[in-house]
Amino acid sequence: MTATRAAAAGEASAGAGHAFLAVLYRDLYVTGKEIPAFLAQVVLQPLLLLFVFGRILTDLGYARGGYAQLLFPGIVALTAALTSLQSTALPLVIDFSFTKEIEDRLLAPMPVAWVAIEKIVFASLRALAAAVLMFPIGIAVLGSVPWRAAGVPLLVLIMVLGSLVGSALGMTLGTLVPPHRINIMFALVLTPLIFTGCSQYPWPSLSRLAWFQWLTTLNPLTYVSEGMRASLVPGVPHMRPWICIVLLVVSLALFGVTGIRGFLRRAID
Amino acid sequence: MATIAVEVDGLVKRYPKNPVPAVDGVSFAVEQGEVFGFLGPNGAGKTTTIGVLTTRVRPSAGRALVSGIDVVADPVGARRHLAVVPQRNNLDRSLSIRQNLLFHAAYHGMARAERVGRAQELLEQFGLADRADDRVEMFSGGQMQRVMIARALMHAPDVLFLDEPTTGLDPAARLFVWDRVRELRAEGVTIVLTTHTMDEAAELSNRVAIMDHGHLLALDTPDALTRSLPGSSTLEIAVTAREGPSGDLVEALGRLDGVERAEAVDEGATVATGARTLAGTGLRIRLYLSADAAAMVAPVAGLLGERGATLSDVRLGTPSLEDVFIGLTGRSLR
Repeated sequence: MTATRAAAAGEASAGAGHAFLAVLYRDLYVTGKEIPAFLAQVVLQPLLLLFVFGRILTDLGYARGGYAQLLFPGIVALTAALTSLQSTALPLVIDFSFTKEIEDRLLAPMPVAWVAIEKIVFASLRALAAAVLMFPIGIAVLGSVPWRAAGVPLLVLIMVLGSLVGSALGMTLGTLVPPHRINIMFALVLTPLIFTGCSQYPWPSLSRLAWFQWLTTLNPLTYVSEGMRASLVPGVPHMRPWICIVLLVVSLALFGVTGIRGFLRRAID
Repeated sequence: MATIAVEVDGLVKRYPKNPVPAVDGVSFAVEQGEVFGFLGPNGAGKTTTIGVLTTRVRPSAGRALVSGIDVVADPVGARRHLAVVPQRNNLDRSLSIRQNLLFHAAYHGMARAERVGRAQELLEQFGLADRADDRVEMFSGGQMQRVMIARALMHAPDVLFLDEPTTGLDPAARLFVWDRVRELRAEGVTIVLTTHTMDEAAELSNRVAIMDHGHLLALDTPDALTRSLPGSSTLEIAVTAREGPSGDLVEALGRLDGVERAEAVDEGATVATGARTLAGTGLRIRLYLSADAAAMVAPVAGLLGERGATLSDVRLGTPSLEDVFIGLTGRSLR
């Protein structure tokens, strides 16, 4: 009896695992068909940021030569966090409110929370691809980018955590805000997120502007940017890596729970 | 003994901010291989009931089983056995028709070779094979409905839920859906469908449940439901009266020999009472007859004439499910 039940449970979770992978494959397949659209969505903004801040401003002498080297890790961080955020927030609003396309996946034989987790995983994969693309783009725009083999483990850890936090935050926003308010949400959340996340300046250098330095600690992007600097340009003063990792894990837990809860609320009446 | 495919017991669904439950104590059972129709106006609770059975709505109270699996305790298990064709198009617009079918089967763990074969089979059966690789956007409402039914059948469900399967379709597309439902019934698939058109319910269903305001008002075969009405035929008349309370007129008609019951029919509103006057307005009255309908036209017209009212339209008929609905609620379905 117990054995049959255990076997049935094993079979059921294997089925749910298949369903999860099939849904993930669907998302990857659709992205694969639309590579140019994907590139336009994720590459254009960081490319221009790098070009204007890293190249134009330094070439014209408004910023010092070394600025590009500390900007680059911040832009990789920004790309990872924003790509993942936008890959969950807006598609979820569209799916739940307009196209209802997600319904067929909600009826797949797996727990509904897994559909939410699939969205987070998929958005993070998109974000990681975009972040990796920043390296060749950085070389093309800036001539060279900072690179340290010893920093790679930290770099990978921070990129993965940053992408997951961005996806979970996007899911929280996408399921929390009523659909007709999504434009306002983007204006009110996205813009401050971009500029208070320490991607364009190192956090310790803000000590002269204490109130702003405190404000930036509320933005999880700060820890992604600082963690990236710790791995790529350790010579620049930066926050301690373990602080970044702990706070990113805390953010992931917080937004992961609120995001999946919001998703369940939208998925089940 | 027939196996039970769907079982609902004391189902209640309350939505926050709404004091009136959407579904209020509904119980019924659907046998395997049966086509079970929910008939009722919009807002009757049909779609909410289907929502609970298909694991998309969490019930406030009561129990619901699909293929013997409790949909609340084991929604994942229940989803293996059921399929849904919703009211609104929810096809995956990023995929072709064929891919919609293939991915659906993949979500349900069907092996690759098997799903490719079954998709081709269903595409042919549903007349979609020559356009199978087109994107969804290129399709009309009727075609999308076919695609959604084909998709639902990919994982060979035990119970198929069709929520208003023909609403908004042209007559040809509607007949196509009806034919597919009959074929599925012949194959032994259990079907639960909702509709607000009585001929659809009567045409397709083995049994019909009539719902209104979250309650199940009646449940039987279409024949038994219509037989439950008084009289064997109906006469629906339109009357133009100069003045006078309509209640008197309806009452007088009800006292005629051969008339079992008379009631005023009003679009959506409750039955008119004596307080309503008819001056310059048209009134529709339905008479349930024990006598032959044609033979009753003359005495009815005579009575109207005596009271200064004019007969402006007459329709003879046998009682339909719509009459059953009117008999139960005093309102017409539309």
